[in-house]
Amino acid sequence: MSIPADLKYTKSHEWVKAEADGTVTVGITHHAQDLLGDMVFVENPAVGRKLAKGEECAVVESVKAASDVYAPIAGEVVAANDEVESSPEKINQDAYDAWMFRISPANPADVDALLDAAAYEAHVASEAH
Amino acid sequence: MTELKTTPLNATHRELNAKMVDFGGWDMPVNYGSQIEEHHIVRTGCGLFDVSHMLPLDIRGENVRGFLRKLVANNVDKLQVSGKALYSCMLNEAGGVIDDLIIYFMDESWFRLVVNAGTAEKDLAWMEKMNAEWGMNLALTPRRDLAMVAIQGPDAKKVLDAAMPGADSLTETLKPFNAAALGEMFIARTGYTGEDGFEVMVLAKSAPFFWKALMEAGGKPIGLGARDTLRLEAGMNLYGQDMDETTSPLESGLAWTVDLKTARDFVGRKALEASEVTKQLVGLVLLDKGVLRSHQNVFTRHGEGEITSGTFSPTMQQSVALARIPLGIAPGEEVEVEIRDKKLKAKVVKYPFVRNGKVLI
Repeated sequence: MSIPADLKYTKSHEWVKAEADGTVTVGITHHAQDLLGDMVFVENPAVGRKLAKGEECAVVESVKAASDVYAPIAGEVVAANDEVESSPEKINQDAYDAWMFRISPANPADVDALLDAAAYEAHVASEAH
Repeated sequence: MTELKTTPLNATHRELNAKMVDFGGWDMPVNYGSQIEEHHIVRTGCGLFDVSHMLPLDIRGENVRGFLRKLVANNVDKLQVSGKALYSCMLNEAGGVIDDLIIYFMDESWFRLVVNAGTAEKDLAWMEKMNAEWGMNLALTPRRDLAMVAIQGPDAKKVLDAAMPGADSLTETLKPFNAAALGEMFIARTGYTGEDGFEVMVLAKSAPFFWKALMEAGGKPIGLGARDTLRLEAGMNLYGQDMDETTSPLESGLAWTVDLKTARDFVGRKALEASEVTKQLVGLVLLDKGVLRSHQNVFTRHGEGEITSGTFSPTMQQSVALARIPLGIAPGEEVEVEIRDKKLKAKVVKYPFVRNGKVLI
């Protein structure tokens, strides 16, 4: 599975997309869902919640295990995807389509500091050993 | 890092693109794609499990029965017909569970035990110690030369019969919890899923061929991930999670396997009889959204308890668990489970949750 070149990534396996309206969309990567297996539960942060960078803000659970999702950047939650909460398996089906929440960034430049696709790929490879 | 142990089917799993994990020191398939799909296959069709990490152990000699009478908590005198199986705990002097195992009675000079993978060496050392202490002079032979395949689900018999033409003469008459030996092949109508099925031991070198024949006959490979959700739905204990050396079988939902009716003296009996039972193992169904997991705290009107095994039940589409909670809490009552920073509602139920494809609660 390719790692989309137009997204940014974190070492904790979130993907981040800078939207045209200035918000950023967050989900978990294909690699993350592959490690976790069949998703059965998603809990998103409440809209309006202010997040610090790296804060635990959402949870994804597979049959196998629970995993925290961390805020890739600081900002305020402006939207949460109810669809992945009611159908967590959408994350397994297409992790880059099944977004979790959107943040209005405290500092838009923070996105640039995240990993690009090549750096994330290298990170995944390094974790495999 | 120490090298992982492998079963005779390791290459087969890799050919099937299984996701392999370190399972207590064994390199085992956790799934071959989707754990939930594999779970449903076993409830509706036929699944194949490599359980060769578990250890078959033959005990031979004079008075094997006498040895087992003292060694395990269940009463081997229930075994009078050749091939009959018995589930039992093996206890330490303090009444804690060293392991849970299955004992097959073949004849008075040969019983076969199947013990857990993670406890195999400890079990064998314990049994050899007792063998010497009691002066029994029995031969204990670990059978790592055998592979074990579990064939489970409503279509298990059909698949086994098709994979081994002629096997139906045996499978027709083999009752649940009975086994038959044919040379080195050993066929038992046992399992860990709550469905009909077989556990078949074959010589290690025959295992890949046998597995392929079962797949040709319609059996689907199932990983250890689904094995855990299946056994939990079926309300079967997992050693190391639901009970261990520090827990009493009487507080682990295993009182039915401890024979205190006969005068028979067995290791751990005195401690059990002197102990006060204050806890019980119950089933929980989560009423709120989330997933129950082992070690989560349970709050009841009689005090706190703990989840020992929890998961999302693919058959029921909700989260279920086994929990050790104070006595006096009855099925139907609501309790609270602490999940992360929240207290969620769960209902106490009598398990098993699922048997033979049907939800029971």
